[in-house]
Amino acid sequence: MKHETRKATLHVNQNEGLIFEKSSPGKAAWKLPPLDVPEVDTAKLLGSSERKDLGNMPEVSEIEIIRHFTRLSTWNYAIDLGMYPLGSCTMKYNPRVNEAVARVEGLANGHPYQPEKISQGALQILKTLSECLIDITGMDAITLQPAAGAHGEMTGLLMVRAYHHAQGRPRKKILIPDSAHGTNPATAAMVDYAVENLKSDSRGMVDIAALEAQMNEDVAALMLTNPNTLGVFEQQIHKIADILHAKGGLLYMDGANMNALVGKVRPGDFGVDVMHLNLHKTFSTPHGGGGPGSGPVAIKKKLEPFLPTPVLVTHADGTLGFEYNRPQSVGRVRAFYGNFGMFVRALAYIQANGPDGLRQTTEDAVLNANYIRKGLEGTYDLPYSTPTMHEVVFSDKLQAKKGVRTMDIAKRLIDYGFHPYTTAFPLIVPGALMIEPTESESKEEMDLFIEAMKSIAEEVEEDPQTVLDAPHSTRVSRLDETAAARKPVLRWKPAV
Amino acid sequence: MRYLPKSPADREAMLKAIGLGSVDELFAPIPAEYRLTRDLKVPRQMAESEIVDYFRQRSRENGEGYTSFLGAGSYAHYRPVIIDSLISRGEFLTAYTPYQAEISQGTLQSIFEFQTMICELTGMEVANASMYDGSTAAAEAVMMAVRLTGRRSVIVARSLHPEYREVLATYATHQGMPLSIAGFGNDGRLNLKELEKSITPETACVLIQSPNFFGTIEDFTAIAEVAHKNGAMLVVSIAEAVSLGIVEPPREADVIAMEAQSFGVPLGFGGPYCGVIATREKFVRQMPGRLVGQTVDKQGRRGFVLTLATREQHIRREKATSNICTNQALVALMVNIFMNVYGKVGLKELAKQNLAKTAYAAGQFAKQGTLLFTASPRFNEFVVETKEDPHAINSRLLEHKIVGGLPLKKFYPELGNAALWCCTELTTRSAIDAAVRLAAKSGGSVPSAKEEAGVEEVAR
Repeated sequence: MKHETRKATLHVNQNEGLIFEKSSPGKAAWKLPPLDVPEVDTAKLLGSSERKDLGNMPEVSEIEIIRHFTRLSTWNYAIDLGMYPLGSCTMKYNPRVNEAVARVEGLANGHPYQPEKISQGALQILKTLSECLIDITGMDAITLQPAAGAHGEMTGLLMVRAYHHAQGRPRKKILIPDSAHGTNPATAAMVDYAVENLKSDSRGMVDIAALEAQMNEDVAALMLTNPNTLGVFEQQIHKIADILHAKGGLLYMDGANMNALVGKVRPGDFGVDVMHLNLHKTFSTPHGGGGPGSGPVAIKKKLEPFLPTPVLVTHADGTLGFEYNRPQSVGRVRAFYGNFGMFVRALAYIQANGPDGLRQTTEDAVLNANYIRKGLEGTYDLPYSTPTMHEVVFSDKLQAKKGVRTMDIAKRLIDYGFHPYTTAFPLIVPGALMIEPTESESKEEMDLFIEAMKSIAEEVEEDPQTVLDAPHSTRVSRLDETAAARKPVLRWKPAV
Repeated sequence: MRYLPKSPADREAMLKAIGLGSVDELFAPIPAEYRLTRDLKVPRQMAESEIVDYFRQRSRENGEGYTSFLGAGSYAHYRPVIIDSLISRGEFLTAYTPYQAEISQGTLQSIFEFQTMICELTGMEVANASMYDGSTAAAEAVMMAVRLTGRRSVIVARSLHPEYREVLATYATHQGMPLSIAGFGNDGRLNLKELEKSITPETACVLIQSPNFFGTIEDFTAIAEVAHKNGAMLVVSIAEAVSLGIVEPPREADVIAMEAQSFGVPLGFGGPYCGVIATREKFVRQMPGRLVGQTVDKQGRRGFVLTLATREQHIRREKATSNICTNQALVALMVNIFMNVYGKVGLKELAKQNLAKTAYAAGQFAKQGTLLFTASPRFNEFVVETKEDPHAINSRLLEHKIVGGLPLKKFYPELGNAALWCCTELTTRSAIDAAVRLAAKSGGSVPSAKEEAGVEEVAR
């Protein structure tokens, strides 16, 4: 049937106010055990530092908290509900065993300063995960300390800076392709590098001639995403590395799209000197509504002296520990050792897959993206016909003729039971629809998605207003973002 | 592979639909010489039961069943059960950053409530959706002060968490931000005279921690006065969030950089934790990180969106206030649920129990060693100086499955044989008594666990 929504249907949405609107004095969700030491006179202990009032903090019971957050949760879309094809975000299944093992007592309750002697379990996890990631990337060493991808970028560029400094030539700028994620230039600025834009060629890849022209001894590194944000593998990757290396520059790889490569090809083998991984993308740790992430940085041998402190080492007696005395280190980028809970989850994912599973995962991710490309080619404009790896980028060129843009199509997709793809990125494709299905989608789910996208394309021709007004099935309709930014209301206040 | 929802027949059908003969053709864009032709060197594929066994074994090697007196930026508080019940809901756990507001209202409204509660507790006017942790939040708060004042140099309290200081030093290296250190006095508080001497018209901000690394509550009214008199900002780091239940927040601060781990986040060997930045409304446009704001939909219904995105990297690129993208959303949700469970009254009572346990423990330790910094109020940590090397004391305690206080010599050589001890509502009187007793038994005559009444009970 035409324009039938096979995946989604209507369901009851509970209304729910703000928690503060349910609060009233005397309600409580807590109970402390009786004190086994003498009571204290807080006024005497704290003097003028004593706090008397906690303002408008809520007072609610346990059942109200459970219902509050359960009701709120039903207003979210999630991987657990269906396909979440955000390009470059790798929204894959988050295995539940990961959550279970991260909560095992000794790991969940381990204190970062407990003696090494009783921390061997945690250290062994760091070591095993490090070894796995080093082989997956083909690099020589790794730090797990950075808390997210952007934090990894910063750590990587700090090491690049330290390396050039040690060579006696600090250098001034970072080359960044016009297809790059916004964190790349923002990171370069944080490490006090000037950013120089590098154009893509007609196939969506680094323009080799432009790179040759722009490369000189002021360039510290090129930050490259590979496959890039068009989902295209940089076929001239070694030439790119050679151009950089010939003038003493380094090749930084943003590992956001590593899901296209694991087990099939290793960045260390094609000339990358430093790269970060996103454990919350490629290695299945949950996105959790925006974090926590984890952004390990893998490096070639020549950058090893500059790793952040502390560095994991094996002592002479075979036990594991941390080394702090590293005179050339860039320093610490975070307190303690990084987002350890994410290391546990990532290692559990690697164990569940093994070498065969990781390879099959990559193959399925690339197969899925190509299947969607084939299914939607012709219906949507494909600005670059270069082969697709794990994600495919269309444009809204055909639909724009009817006044319908990528964001409108995305919003209509919600009515069909899917999370939207990434809109309007990469910047080199005007009106981009960036689709990354990941390996977690079955053929059935993708067929539904292709059918939904085709149906929307027909609606654009026949009844564009329906698409322009979408979504129609959500609890709230399109929200006024301009008003939100013009007069920001960033917190609740009691009615006066 | 059990996570992959395709049969061999599905794969065949899909390849056929694409018009390819084999999977290898999909990887043709990768030059052949780089393609990996061997298996990765990772553990073989394991059954779920094997994975669980593996991590249980690692857990047993990781201090399982020990009683601990460690704090120092990472605090063991009770975690109400409903935190994990709720954050385990797939709709929270497996959602992305709430860019598509219509299907992310659950995440967005909960962040709005989080921002509100952080404001209430800190006395600030706006709070962001989270930062990586307390250390990076402090570094980013300082960079925010640098942008706001147009000045570059920074004074950092020596009583700020030493690892926070290291992180700030890393961030500051290439920002042209000279850092200078202000020491602490015999009362454990920032030395005001030293501060007055080192502050200049170039000082962008003074960064302190309260309760500071020693557990001492700083006199931030006096510090703010010195800072503000000189046109500098006051940035306060709060590493022990539970203190906010009973300790007056630094209302005179311009920016507060928090670590909210104490609010329901597991110790987890140091992470993931939950940093937050809170500040005055007038400074919001220089704030890093995501912010949720209230707005209306087309029908005028209340709803929430990510807002003021023009500060952020995906819009402003190299001119953004920070490069932060992914933050600690799910951990912030833990913190949020914790704040709801304890609320206005419970947080105060919880903080009071921490105060009482610590007062008792400090009193007991004072009989055996020298308590430092007694002239100032403290929250749930205290510093004990002993004749014996605290490492030796800790080795003795460890035999009884007790982890003693953190020896401070590594971070503060001038403090000699001092150690930082922490008690929370989870610390029992019997554990305190046992630790005090064992700490006092210096050298030679180490009693066995059996001889020490009460010790076995502690070593659960």
